[in-house]
Parts: sequence; C-alpha cells; structure tokens
Amino acid sequence: MTRRGDTVFKSLATSAAVLILVALAGVAIFLTLEGMPALKAEPDVLGGKGNIILYVWPLVYGTLLAAALAIIMAAPLSIGLALVISHYAPRKLAKPIGYLVDLLAAVPSVVYGLWGIEFLGPRLGRAYAWLAENLGFLPFFEGPASGSGRTILTASIVLAVMALPIITAICREIFSQTPTLHQEAALALGATRWEMIRLTVFPYSRSGMISAIMLGLGRALGETMAVAMVLSATGVVTINLISSVNPSTIAANIALGFPEASGIKVNVLIFSGLVLFVITFIVNFLGRLIAARGLVKEGR
Amino acid sequence: MNRTSFRKALMPSAAALALGISLTACGAGNETANSAGSDESSGLSGTLSGGGASSQEAAQNAWRAGFQEANPDVTVNYDPIGSGGGREQFAAGGFPFAGSDSYLTDEEGELSAAAERCGSDAIEIPNYVSPIAVIYNVEGVDSLNLSPEVIGKIFNDKIKKWNDPAIAELNEGVDLPDATITAVHRSDESGTTENFTNFLATVAEDAWPHGEVGDWPIEAGEGGNGTSGVVAAVTQGVNSIGYADASQAGELGVVSVQVGEEFVAPTAEAAAKILEVSPRVEGRAEVDMAFDLDYKTTETGVYPIVLTSYLIACQTYADQETADLVKGYLGYIVSSEGQQVAAEQAGSAPLADSLASEAQEIVEAISVK
Amino acid sequence: MSTTQDKVAPTSIGDIPLTRPQLPSWAPALVAAISVAVAALPVVFLGWGLVAMVLLAVVLFVIALPAWSSSVEGSRKGKDRLAAALVWSGFGLAMVPLATLMWQVISNGVPVLSAEFFTYSMRNVVGEGGGIYHAIVGTVIVTAFAAIISVPIGVMAAVYLIEYGAGNRIARIVTFLVDVMTGIPSIVAGLFAYALFVLFFGPGVRMGIGGSVALSVLMIPIVVRSTEEMLKLVPGDLREAAYALGVPKWRTITKVVLPTAMSGIVTGVTLAVARVAGETAPLLIIAGDTDSVNFNAFSERMATLPVYIYYSYMQPGVPPEFGQERAWGAALTLIAIVMALNILARLISRSFAPKTGR
Repeated sequence: MTRRGDTVFKSLATSAAVLILVALAGVAIFLTLEGMPALKAEPDVLGGKGNIILYVWPLVYGTLLAAALAIIMAAPLSIGLALVISHYAPRKLAKPIGYLVDLLAAVPSVVYGLWGIEFLGPRLGRAYAWLAENLGFLPFFEGPASGSGRTILTASIVLAVMALPIITAICREIFSQTPTLHQEAALALGATRWEMIRLTVFPYSRSGMISAIMLGLGRALGETMAVAMVLSATGVVTINLISSVNPSTIAANIALGFPEASGIKVNVLIFSGLVLFVITFIVNFLGRLIAARGLVKEGR
Repeated sequence: MNRTSFRKALMPSAAALALGISLTACGAGNETANSAGSDESSGLSGTLSGGGASSQEAAQNAWRAGFQEANPDVTVNYDPIGSGGGREQFAAGGFPFAGSDSYLTDEEGELSAAAERCGSDAIEIPNYVSPIAVIYNVEGVDSLNLSPEVIGKIFNDKIKKWNDPAIAELNEGVDLPDATITAVHRSDESGTTENFTNFLATVAEDAWPHGEVGDWPIEAGEGGNGTSGVVAAVTQGVNSIGYADASQAGELGVVSVQVGEEFVAPTAEAAAKILEVSPRVEGRAEVDMAFDLDYKTTETGVYPIVLTSYLIACQTYADQETADLVKGYLGYIVSSEGQQVAAEQAGSAPLADSLASEAQEIVEAISVK
Repeated sequence: MSTTQDKVAPTSIGDIPLTRPQLPSWAPALVAAISVAVAALPVVFLGWGLVAMVLLAVVLFVIALPAWSSSVEGSRKGKDRLAAALVWSGFGLAMVPLATLMWQVISNGVPVLSAEFFTYSMRNVVGEGGGIYHAIVGTVIVTAFAAIISVPIGVMAAVYLIEYGAGNRIARIVTFLVDVMTGIPSIVAGLFAYALFVLFFGPGVRMGIGGSVALSVLMIPIVVRSTEEMLKLVPGDLREAAYALGVPKWRTITKVVLPTAMSGIVTGVTLAVARVAGETAPLLIIAGDTDSVNFNAFSERMATLPVYIYYSYMQPGVPPEFGQERAWGAALTLIAIVMALNILARLISRSFAPKTGR
C-alpha cells in the first residue's frame, strides 16, 4: 500500500513538471494555430500594409528600440544601485534601500502608465524642446519636439524604471556572493574600494550581470500597458527619439487593438504576439544560457 | 518549525481566504438597492446583452442606467467591442442588438447575413448622432475658422505652420504664431476617425486623398490613445490640433468649420440638422433608416462633421422575453427621454422629432416570431 | 661605477611618509554645500527651475569632489571618490520615480476614497459616484483561481525537481525552461489563454477563469522557483531520519519536507500573488471589463482593478473628471493591496523562518 502511495505521488509530481513543459509548448502551439490565418490577411485589416510581414516589421523595430534604450539607461543605474546595497551603504541602511528598490517592482504597470502620462510626459516635453533646439543636429534629437512628451524616449524611461528592480535584484544577489576572501585580499594589498570592486566583484559576476541585463531586456520587450498608455504611436520607422511621430511596440499595439478587434484582425494581433513570444524567448534563453555557462566556468 | 510553523503559516492565508469569502458573499451597495424595489416593476425581466461601437458607450451607459432604474428586474449589457465586432456578433446570432458606426452594406455580405439571421430585413436606427469637434490649443488664439480643405491639408501634413496664408486668409484679425502645427489623431482604430476621414474625403478630396479609414493612414502627426488620449495630447501639447467628440473638448478651443459661406461651431443642434438635410440610402427596407450623410451641404446652421451610430436589431425574435426586452430598451433609447439623457451624459445630439417618431414606430412593431 | 647607483637617492626609511595626504572628513559636505550654492545662482539670476538646479548641483559635486581628491590624494583615491559619488547619485536618481509616483498616486487617490467607493459598483452610475467593489471582487476571484491552479502544479513540480528528478535530464530541462518561462510577456500569456478558450467557446470569448489561466502561466514559474529554493534548504538529515524510521518517501515529503518548508512556500506564493494581482494586459484581453458585480468566473466578463483603472482613465465618460478621479482612487487601492501582500510575505518569512539551514 505504501509502495502504491509512492508510485502515485511520484507520478503526480512528474506530471506536474511535465505539465509545465506542455504549457510552454501549448503557448507556442496555440499562438501559432490562431496566428497562422493572419498570413492570408488582406491590407484592409493590416492598416494598409501589403502583408503581415510589412505590418509586423515596424512594430518589431519599435519594440527593440524602446527596450534597447530602456536597457542602456537601466543597466548602469541598476549596477550602481546593486553596488550601493551590496558594498556602499552601511549595513543598517542596506536593507531599507533594498526594500525601496523592491517597492519599484511592486508598482503595477498600469500605474506606471498613469505616472508616465500625468507626471513624466509633460515635464519631459519641455526638456525635449530644449534638446531639439540645442542638439537638433543629432539625428536622435532632430525634432520637432513633442509638446506632450509622449515619445519613444519617454516610454523607454518608464520601461527603464520598470526593468531597474529586476536587474538590481539579480545583480545585488551576485555581488554579495563574491568570495569575501578575494575582497579582503584586494583591500589588504592597498586597493581602494572602487579598485577592489573592479578587481574582484566585477570579474566574478560578469556572466551574472550579463544575464541580469538580458532578463531586464526580456521584461522591457514584453511590457505592455505602460507603453500603450504613454506612447503616441504612429507606426513609423525612425531614430528620432523626441518627436510626436513614433514607432509602436508589439505589446502596446495588441493592447490597443485587441478589445475592439474582430474576425481576422484578431489573428493578425495574435500573430504579432507570436513574434513577440519568439523574440522574448530567444532573449531569455540566451540570458539563462549565459548564466548557466558562468556557473559552470566558475565551478559553482 | 514543522507542524506548528505549518499551522501558523497557514493562518494568514486562511484569514485572507475568509476575508475573500465574506467579500464575495454580498453584492455591491448600489446593486442590492435595486432589486429591493422590484415591486414596482413594469413586468419586464431578464438580461439583454448587446454590443458594438465603443463610440456609443457613454450614451449606452446612460441609457442602461435609465432603463435599469425604470425596470429593476432587467439587466442590460453593452459590450464595447467595436463596430465590426458588433455587426459580426449580430449576424452570428450572438447579440440580439448591436451598435455600429456605419450602416450595414452588402460589400462583404453583412446586410444579407443580418437579414438571414433575422428572417427578415434588419432594423437600422440612427440612435446616436454626435458632433466631432476639431479642437486646438494655440496660445492667444481664441477663435479659429477653418475650411474643410485647410483641415484636410493640416491633417495630411501639407500645411505645417499656423501662420500659413491659407489659415490666415480665413482668420482675419487673428494673431497666428509662426509655429509648427502638431496634428493629433487617434492611434487606435475608431469610428471617430472613420467619420472624420469620411467627411474630409468627401468634401476635400484633393486635400485628403486617403479616403475613409478607421486606422490613421499616414505616418505624420501625433497619436493619442482613445478620445481622452487625443484630448490630453492636444491639451498638454503646444500649437496642437486634433479631433474628438465635441462633448470631450472641455476648455479647449473649438474650430468653426466652413459650410457654404458661413462658419459653424459644433453644437448638438447644428449636428442634428445634418440628418434632416441628408438623403436615405436607396433601396433599403422600410425599417432601415440608413442615411447617406450629405457632408457637402451648404444649408445654413448645419455642422457637417458628425459621428452617426446605428442600432441594428431584428423585427422578430424567436422568444417572447428577448422580443420584449429589445422592444422596451430600443423604445427607451429613441424616446425623447432617452435622447435627452444621452444628450446630457454623452453630449450627443437628440434626434429630430420626425425621425424619433418614425424610429418609435419601427420599434413598436418588434414582435415574437 | 654604474650610473644606476647615482640615481638612487640615499633615503632612510623614516623619510617615506607612512600616510598619504588625505582630505578632511568634512570635505564632501563642504563640496556639496558649495555645489548647491553655485547651482542656486542661475536660479536666482536666470530663473532656472528647481529640477535644473538639483541636476547642476549633483553634476558639480560629482566633478568637483573627485577633482579635489585626485589633486590632493592622488588619482587612485580620486577615482574611488568618483565611483562612490556616481553610485550614490545613481541611487538618488532611481528614487525620483518612486517618490514622485507615490506622491502623485496618494495625493490624487486619497480624496476619492470613501465608504461608497469601496462598496458600490459602477452599475447605473453615470458621471459622479460609483465605486470599485465589482473590480475588487473580480481581482480577488481571478487571482484566487490563478492561485488554485498554479500552487499545486508549481509545488508538485518543485517537489519533482528536488526530491525525484535531482540532476536527471528532464529535471534539468524543466529547471531551464521554468527560468525562461519567467520572462514570458504578460500579454502573450493573455493571448495564449484567449487562443485556448476560443477553441471551446468561439470567437470573442471573455470570462474570468480565462484571466486566471493567463495569470497562472505567469505565476507557476515563480511558485516553482521559490518552492525549489525552500526545499533545497530542508536539511537532508530530516529526510534520512524519516527514512530510518521506515516512513515511505511520499509520507516523508508530505509530513516532513513540505511542512518544514511551508513558511517559505507560503511567502513565495504570496509574492507571486502580489506580482500577478497588478497585471493588466492579460486581463484586458481575456477577462474584459463590465460595470456590475460578477461572482461567476465561468461566464461573462469580469471587471478587475487594473483593467478598471485603465478604462476609467482612458475612457472616462462625460465629463472626464469623475472617471479619472476614480482611476486614481483605484490605483491607490491596487498599490495598497500589492504592498500589503508584499509586507505579509515578509512577515511570514520573518516570523516563521526555519532556524536551521540558513
């Protein structure tokens, strides 16, 4: 009887694990199933674009651009934040600071959207006007500047704020795992705190930092509501970051279009969702792969 | 640890669960109040779930509230899934009635599909007429007159400066700044865009060559998500112009549009007049009140940029309850009381008396098969 | 006679200073004060804004202190101070969004809160009034079902990974894919639930349980990961002691291993619930929105707090003020709920943390 209990329990546990694999495969399969009819979509549901590829391409571009900008801003900031928590702040302060950063992760994305529209956008609008006037020779700041500030740069800043706690959480975990002996050895040789960090902490956590950034990138790629609410999207492909004409992102486009979509338009949106799924899957896959490699190399 | 900590750890979640159950045990304060007053019910009861154009949502909310208050045992749902979705669900039998920003046509077989679903010609009533205002935010400019051609060129990115001669010519004595125009449009697909571009394409084809579209067709101008997004973008922007339901314009400046020789501001009365001067779509059944809006009218006092939304329903239904509910609810919508409620709560233009009484007759005839 | 000997200066040990010159301990404070003072000049004379002044002060400080330090203490010390100044100002910068966001949500949200706001739905409400009762009910139901789906699956999968599969091929693949799954965009999870439900219920399907399924996709990997971590912490001695008493493996797991790890698992589940309770995108797609209370997750649309916020703000009705006010009130409520769950999780993990294994 106990033997049977063991068998039942083990097969329950195994099937739960397998179910997760099935669910992940299910996501891919169902999206493909419902997305395929979009290949035959006519231009009138594709916003005038000739075929589904032409429809999805500007969205992919916008998604990658917004996420890349967000990570360029968030990555150095998060590493700095993680260092504050792991090395700079006095021990008593480190924990409350950690909580504060975690608070950023606890704010729902729709609230970030409200904040982006009401607070960030209008204030950045003035800064953009200044940028367009003084740095207008750079293609990124060509202008004309958007007065309401609802540009791809604003959206990226919101995304950066949202990716910040994720990258910080992983980085600080890794930084604090740096062997104390290495650090003390560096200090004993007369290294300053910064030299100690450069010589022991960074080399030790390089792969961890890269994977943390990749995971933050994954989050920024898939974030929906904040972008949907903040961005003034026109669907162009441009590197001008501060004008009112911006590329949209896949996720935001789905959120805006889905509630009122019907017929084949639904399939078109699901197809774009499949593309997003593939992109984020690759990014996360690479991120985890790098992390796993790092673990092997460092013999942990 | 072990068993004690197990129990202790479960306690908060048990408490949370209990809280959840006690929360779910009773209805909302305002909803329970309703069912209490069921003595004075009109005899109607049941649930009526329709849906369609989101442009009607504000008005539908007002009508549902009014109708449910008068008939406490009735629940009416209106799903704002978009005009296309509404027509689709109606033809498929999912909705007993639907709202749509454009009338049924046979281009994609929708008219015959609807007739087939109903077993006879489908009812179409223009229940919601709302002026679309061209709103602007330019410092120092209190009033602005524009012709359809100029509006088309602005939104087509052909007129780029506020002090363009074409604008100045229509606004003598107004100090127009030498500033770039930010034209704001809807970034989501919408009936407002569809009606606005339809107007431009009809009246100013040269200035607006992109035809009637629900999705903004050109890669210029700023996009706003939803009516509120457009209004916010115009309000927060500088030297901006956009289009939105007149009721949402708030404090913003509103353009007077050239009709014939005069300039007309978007008021409900001026918007309602367009149905009076427009012809019916030819070859339609008696119960089908589809209008071909005469955007080119030069009649005085008519504001031509309007959003017309239709109610689509059947003349007969398979069961008594649905027939009674549709008849009651649609009757309320086209009644003068219903139209007045929508005018107050959604800023729409009440139907003219002649049209309202015609619609009332059509609705009265709804019956069970 | 070699030239090298000439060049070596004859010094005794006593001539080498044992300490390098150092800035006094009040130097950073002095530089900070001067930076603020200098940055205040353009405010007074050119009419700059407060934000510009703070930015300028920070930039001045970050440049001036390391410059001073490297001239006195040498370039290595200077770099060290530069790094510290940059890291701390980065921290300050990161707190700006948090502070402004909280201030805005609280200042806009608090005036809206009232008894009516929490007990009324939006049924028959046009314009002013109404509340978020139906949305709170929807959020509770949808997340409860999501937890009911994902907790057993997640915990059992973690049990498999730690207790049965340890190290084998399937376990390695599952561990890896669970990690990858954490990164699935929430909107993709919503589309998945929609694509799944369409097969059974036809196009245009909206129901609360669909939202639960979508949230489960996001929740399962979090539950698996945290449970895994907790099970790893359970000392092997406990298991072996149970085996030695002849207790079968499954009884050992259910009676010894899981109860030992329970507080950690509950913490993980609470955090996972907090994470998904604020999700908007999947619910927008599959749960939809309505203005009446709906207790039945298996039929019709169900309002939830995040979707309510989105629609109240984006489609506020006429006049727009009332809808937008309600959106802020609901945002404050949602943040409060999520924070409360986070604090609850910390309390659980603190007061019931196992004394061993850490």
